[in-house]
Amino acid sequence: MSSLAIPAPGVRRQAFGGRQALIEKITGMGFCLPATTLLLLTSLVPLCVLVVMSFTDYELGALDIKSVGLANFGKAMSDPMFRRSLWNTLLYVAIVLPGSVCLGLLVAVLVHQRKRTRSFYEIIYFLPVTSTLIAMATVWQFLLHPRLGPINAFLQLIGSRQYAFLSEPSLALPTLAVIGMWQLIGFNMVLFLAGLSAIPRDIYEAAEVDGCSGSIDRFLTITWPLLGPTTMFVIVTTSITAFKIFDTVAVMTRGGPMGSSEVLLYAIYLEGFQYFHTAYAAALTVIFLVFILVFSVIQTFVLDRRTHY
Amino acid sequence: MRSESDSRRLSTTRPAWALLRRAVSLLFVHGFLLAGAVFMLLPFVWMLVTSIKPPEEIFTAQLRLWPKQFYGLENYRFALTSAPLLRFALNGVFICACILAVQLLVAIPCGYALAKLRFPGRQALFVLTLLALAIPVQVPALPLYIALADLGLLNTYFSMMVPFFLSVFAIFLLRQFFKGFPDDIIHAARLDGMSEFEIVWRIVTPSAWPAIAAFAVFSIVAHWNDLYWPLIVISDAKLAPPPLGMMFFSDAETGSNYGALTAAATILTAPLVVAFLFARRHFIAGITMTGVK
Repeated sequence: MSSLAIPAPGVRRQAFGGRQALIEKITGMGFCLPATTLLLLTSLVPLCVLVVMSFTDYELGALDIKSVGLANFGKAMSDPMFRRSLWNTLLYVAIVLPGSVCLGLLVAVLVHQRKRTRSFYEIIYFLPVTSTLIAMATVWQFLLHPRLGPINAFLQLIGSRQYAFLSEPSLALPTLAVIGMWQLIGFNMVLFLAGLSAIPRDIYEAAEVDGCSGSIDRFLTITWPLLGPTTMFVIVTTSITAFKIFDTVAVMTRGGPMGSSEVLLYAIYLEGFQYFHTAYAAALTVIFLVFILVFSVIQTFVLDRRTHY
Repeated sequence: MRSESDSRRLSTTRPAWALLRRAVSLLFVHGFLLAGAVFMLLPFVWMLVTSIKPPEEIFTAQLRLWPKQFYGLENYRFALTSAPLLRFALNGVFICACILAVQLLVAIPCGYALAKLRFPGRQALFVLTLLALAIPVQVPALPLYIALADLGLLNTYFSMMVPFFLSVFAIFLLRQFFKGFPDDIIHAARLDGMSEFEIVWRIVTPSAWPAIAAFAVFSIVAHWNDLYWPLIVISDAKLAPPPLGMMFFSDAETGSNYGALTAAATILTAPLVVAFLFARRHFIAGITMTGVK
């Protein structure tokens, strides 16, 4: 074997090639076998089953199944609960997305300029990302409590009227959105900070020589355009995360009051795992997946551009 | 940046004016950042102080931060005795550890094969991996639930872990990392008579330590905090991971014993927060690396 290593590389590969290629084929397939099996069993086959199920009238435990065509999707379109939950989910995204992206960017720009206090702010703003949302949701519930919560006590102190944040239909969803922003701002801040440190410092110095010296000028002419790809990326990931809102609804409002905080995943959870309208829930899941795929396609496109940047 | 440009301006314009300008802008920046920081910290601070307050002080709803009477021992003792909180935390540790171990055992050889070996179906597998990357667990949840119910496996640790054994993200990440590993070293190892199995585990894997550490943080944070899937398959409180346990506990407490509830929340949030404070760089890298939580 070692004598083969001495001749030119081309010769070695020839003498070695056939056997090595065979070994590669066998080990390659062997190494991928567990992953492929799991991929099929836990992801792709369930996905196919889900799509097929969405065209049937299956309910958990039912013995005969028949095809109903697009009836489940038709039912969804006219189901007030589903329409409300889809609308609420989109509304939630529409509040959380601009809020957490703009504030995340603003905080990142301000924190980036700090030297001694940077890690101090970084830790504080990132803390909500690592915390267990369900536990913190319970705390938020207490903070927002109409009678016992400090927020209403504070409102009383400054002479404002008090709010039952989670039991007034017009306030429940915006309140959940604020909590969603609370969790996402630090996450987006860190993504923006990574984007900001990639901008070379001499660009700013060159701009200053050219007479661009105000911090707002500097932001608009340099930072913002160069952060473009990062911003796109943050927008897409925030949309996906916000679209999957479930935890705070399940713990804090359970869709109420009067359906004002019903969201898509919560509707799917209720239909599929509480009422056991399995086929109908499958149809709703397919609709959910379509939205996620649209976001993901944009993301792949954006990611692609980001790596070429 | 700011201090450099400002100091340059100091020498050209009147110093007093420049100093004032700088002071005002610093005041605004820190004022804004501190206000935001208060908003971020408010739930944590209030959680900690409420967990050491007696019920009378909680129910009078005063804006007093520090309790007049220290009631922490009672609240924490009540929380720990009325719900198996440590059990929830241990469940979380066990589930996260098992999921991570299987994810790595499955993804490392697959990532290596996709990066370095030529075999039939490689391209197809990679495309499927990318496709699966976009599918959140809520999508296969219904069929998986039915399958687990048919097999009589609901309410087991296995049922809680099985959808996450394969992390397409880990495969994707490790493939990218392994691609950068020098081919010469692999060739040399082959010539030395090492099997591909040994090459993966003894040569390539140790080099991927940064990627594995970042992925570990990502995986642990995701599964420690996951509620959706455990909520579906687990109804036995003894098996509950932290978020589900917290939900059972707050349901049982009917949401009024806030001293005990915040004590429970503190106990279940503490492990990750403490870990974050100690390994801040790893956490930030691990969680943002993905872009998607």
